Amino acid sequence: MQKRTRRRLKEAAIRAFFSACGLLAVLVLAGIFLTLVATALPAFREIKLSEFILKTNWDPTSPEKAEYGILSMVVSTLMVTGGALLLAVPIGIAVAAYLSDVAHWRVREILKPVVEVLAGIPSVVIGFLGIVLIGPFLARIFHTGNGLNALNGSVLLAIMALPTIISISEDSLNAVPKAYNEASLALGASRWQTLLRVKLPAGLSGIIAATMLGMGRAIGETMTVLMATGNARAFPHGFLDSVRTMTSGIAIELGEVPYYTTHYYALFAIGLVLFVITFAVNLVADVVLRKYQERER
Amino acid sequence: MKTSTRKGIVQAVGFFALRAAMGLVLAILILFLYDIGKKGGGAISWEFLTQAPRRGMTEGGILPAIVGTFLVTLITAVLSVPLGMSAAIYLHEYARQSRLTRFIRLSIRNLSGVPSIVYGLFGVILFVNVMRFGTSILSAGLTLGLMTLPWTITASEEALKTIPDSYREGALALGATKWQTIRTNVLPYAVPGMLTGTVLGLARAAGETAPILFTGAAFFLPFLPKSPRDQFMALPYHLYIMATQHHAIQQVRPLAYGTALVLILLVLGMNMTAVVLRYRLRRKQR
Repeated sequence: MQKRTRRRLKEAAIRAFFSACGLLAVLVLAGIFLTLVATALPAFREIKLSEFILKTNWDPTSPEKAEYGILSMVVSTLMVTGGALLLAVPIGIAVAAYLSDVAHWRVREILKPVVEVLAGIPSVVIGFLGIVLIGPFLARIFHTGNGLNALNGSVLLAIMALPTIISISEDSLNAVPKAYNEASLALGASRWQTLLRVKLPAGLSGIIAATMLGMGRAIGETMTVLMATGNARAFPHGFLDSVRTMTSGIAIELGEVPYYTTHYYALFAIGLVLFVITFAVNLVADVVLRKYQERER
Repeated sequence: MKTSTRKGIVQAVGFFALRAAMGLVLAILILFLYDIGKKGGGAISWEFLTQAPRRGMTEGGILPAIVGTFLVTLITAVLSVPLGMSAAIYLHEYARQSRLTRFIRLSIRNLSGVPSIVYGLFGVILFVNVMRFGTSILSAGLTLGLMTLPWTITASEEALKTIPDSYREGALALGATKWQTIRTNVLPYAVPGMLTGTVLGLARAAGETAPILFTGAAFFLPFLPKSPRDQFMALPYHLYIMATQHHAIQQVRPLAYGTALVLILLVLGMNMTAVVLRYRLRRKQR
């Protein structure tokens, strides 16, 4: 009898342990959010929230008047990300369509892991290639100085987003029911017409989700943009301008800032804005993706 | 007749464009690997791999960075692998589908979308300041450990999904408790798959820079770290320094290329190992 109680206790303890581990993800996510909020809030004892969001000047170490406007950084981030998506989405969809509809299955089995290799290259290496390879190449085409500008960042982020966009888009194209394909072909449409007018529209939600996930990655990417976009603090006026994104702003200044100053707290406030934006983007992607997966069932 | 020829031409042009897109992606990948392989290969020597940097990092090797990356990845694994596996065991073996598990899964997916620099900020507060580990291998490793957690959980759960229910039912029918069932009839078959998936996450962590920028990575250390509380050099951070912060950037470019090649070989090597292991495993399971 006693042995049985002991065994039951042991089982309950083990169960409790695993449950606690299961809850860990929730705790970490909540912990990150609350930590950011708690560390960002003191910044607003000195900075007006409206100035923080709407002003373009970021100059916390100015001897006259410190300024804490993040608008230039937000616009830079959106610009670099938008440019990356303009490049990566069409190419990514085309590659996904090639893999799902054109390539022989043997070729596809080889090419899919090859594309994955691209995803495995660390971001700091991509940034390095932006300095030594892509940047100089763009500089020669557009006759600019060193090529460290928003366009360079967009090209590199596009390359980094491609594997995500390709693999999820391809999955969604493959998930389109075979009957759609066959019905279209039987009606006399060519394979190209079927792809364009039947399969792509049917797989659209997956492609949108892939784009959103790629966008979330691009917004949060640090090392690549830090190394390859030049980091000028001015408000950007075009893709050939040097830009400083939110992530680079944090990375550049957190190393030098004295702890527990308004400047320090303000950097965490940028982190909070970054967290909220990527969280929202990923959540939308998630909802779209779930919806289409449920429909497929 | 005429429309069908036109249709054929349109299709040929369309498919050509798709092939061209694939070709472009392959060309970029080959260009990247070729450039790093060629210029980095020239920099790599026995000395480069086994010595510390000398003369203001304009000469010598990258041994401290290799060792640092190895050690920090080890700490990452020690935190992330057991916790990730346990969380997966809860989600797949214990929990019933409920609002709670849906919420947990949503959190996991969102965690994997949190920018790496935000993990860095969290690490600064939690590990460097609150837990007083200072800027150290320990803080950096734990920060990376949290970052890899969602990947480890997902990969481990995938492995658990491959174990047929009949394995569990067999043990339960003989009167085994839940934990006995998991321990004897599930884990022995799932652990290899779990570890494989985990290696992929660790490879990504080994190549990350942003989370370790402020939690422990050092610009230059002439000696190897002796305790988990020491700062450390890491391959990705070293590459960042050599590529952008060094006072004689053009002069040290070959060393930067060499560092990039070693880093890529390390990360892709870990990836490759995981993929090969997974392939073998699948064949064995059939």
